[in-house]
Amino acid sequence: MESFFSRYKNPLLLMAVLFVQVIMLATQVKRPDDPKNPSSGGTRLIRVWAVNIITPIERGFIGTGHFFRNTWHNYIDLHDVRNQNRKLQAEVDRLRMEQAKLKEDAEQSRRLQNLLGFKEKFIGKTVAAQVIGSSGSEQSRVIYIDKGSHDGLKQDMAVITPDGIVGKVKEVYFMSSQVLVINDRDSGAGVILEKSRLQGDLHGSSQGETVVKNVMSDEKVDVGEKVITSGGDRIYPKGLPVGNVTAVNSDSDKPLFLSISIKPAANLSRLEEVLVITKMTEELPNANQTAGPIRAADILAQRLPTVPKLPEKAVENANDKTQEKIPRKQPNDAGASTQPQRPISGGPAKKVVSGANPGVTEQSSKPAAPKLPKTKKSAADQSPQATSPKSTQTDKPETQPMPASGEKPPE
Amino acid sequence: MSGAVTYTSREEIDVHRFSWGISVGIPLLAIFIQVFFPVRLDFLKVFDLPLLVTIFFAVARRKPITGLITGALIGTVQDAFSSQPIGLNGIAKTMIGYLASSLGVRLDVDNPGSRFLMTVGFYLLHRFIYTVIDIGLVGASEPQNWGHLLFCAVCNGVLAVPLFALLDRFKQRS
Repeated sequence: MESFFSRYKNPLLLMAVLFVQVIMLATQVKRPDDPKNPSSGGTRLIRVWAVNIITPIERGFIGTGHFFRNTWHNYIDLHDVRNQNRKLQAEVDRLRMEQAKLKEDAEQSRRLQNLLGFKEKFIGKTVAAQVIGSSGSEQSRVIYIDKGSHDGLKQDMAVITPDGIVGKVKEVYFMSSQVLVINDRDSGAGVILEKSRLQGDLHGSSQGETVVKNVMSDEKVDVGEKVITSGGDRIYPKGLPVGNVTAVNSDSDKPLFLSISIKPAANLSRLEEVLVITKMTEELPNANQTAGPIRAADILAQRLPTVPKLPEKAVENANDKTQEKIPRKQPNDAGASTQPQRPISGGPAKKVVSGANPGVTEQSSKPAAPKLPKTKKSAADQSPQATSPKSTQTDKPETQPMPASGEKPPE
Repeated sequence: MSGAVTYTSREEIDVHRFSWGISVGIPLLAIFIQVFFPVRLDFLKVFDLPLLVTIFFAVARRKPITGLITGALIGTVQDAFSSQPIGLNGIAKTMIGYLASSLGVRLDVDNPGSRFLMTVGFYLLHRFIYTVIDIGLVGASEPQNWGHLLFCAVCNGVLAVPLFALLDRFKQRS
């Protein structure tokens, strides 16, 4: 027996080491670290040690390089221009992000999605981070950033650039974090094709490609179409740019679905600085938006110039006179209710009835006011335009310009 | 450049050793370069410096046990920087370290031609082992780009020739 072990010492040791490693690997793959939450994986101690040893060196390396580079640029070469350029670049980045968000908001308004009352997620707070390392292999697409739990980072926070999304935080260490880039084969994100509004899942691959899957093959997808985040994954805020469609093929695994190749909007192979979204604000559409559909007439009423103020009595008299002189034309209650009613200085107050139709006013119990003079209404009635459809706007006497408040209109 | 791999008797083969500083520092430096430089220069990902260092130390020491332990440690640390489960590179480099040191016992692999061929062969074997473990244990089902794989193997073989020559300076005859 002793000769057997001494003779096959090397292969036996190799098998022992391999066995231990396979057991370790199988344990990692099969068993979640948190039994209560199978999807959550903890951080291996060896990973923490290795990262904590290497990243300070990388940070020092980066810091030293930046120190000399900044010294050269700041104090010798174009100090002011560089500072200004940096500020402008930051402003441009901020505006580009804002533009992307506003564009998507406008699209949402157009489709009246805000009427659904769901919560929209917006970027609340970001932390800028420097990319200090990567996995160094083509099989694993991860990067390391110089911000960690010390800076408030947590797992599954979205990492973006002003150009588009980059990935999500996978592991958080004290002074650094590991970010899973969207072209890694283990990554995933919910996306929407901007024009066709088709939803799909973004995946990476071993070759570093980004592909949108789970889009039915009978849908039409154009090359060059923009892809944005859908927000459905609860990691990336909705509306952030993801990339552009470069090719559309059928999925080899699922023949009924498409495999849409994407060129990422962010330059994933040359990342230097990224933003980590540490806080997302949730906003509900306001009550006016959720009360009901917005009519075009309401929007126009808000945008058109306001009608001059009318004396209250004049308004009442105008109604009376109109009814007397123009019996064939009944006052349009609905139309009148849409006209703005404002308190007139010096005149009796009108009580605005609150309710579904705020334009409806409560008539005061006063005697009939003096007759109104001939207004443009009468002229309008005589004119050919009175029969035109547009006359419905002009045949309301209360909308015509009236004398100044407090003055009695001439007989 | 001669591509011949010549048989050499055990007595003719020099067994080398390295100082502790070199034994620890060179692998760590290789891992550091591997994880740091591809951030700015993405094409450097085609190289696998930890694998080259594993092959070099295993061949130079010509001790299978030392070779497999070197490969296991380097691979495990390299795994720590990836998003994959720890052990993929560890297992693959353990086997490469063992095979390289076993090969070093039997063959003269000190000339540039044999080093190039040896590195190309070990790189392909390393990727093969890695893929088998990846599919068999981790459950990956990604197709392999064989053309790119061959390109990477040749690139690593080309890099191995000057790199091994540089590392030869740290050898100490035992």
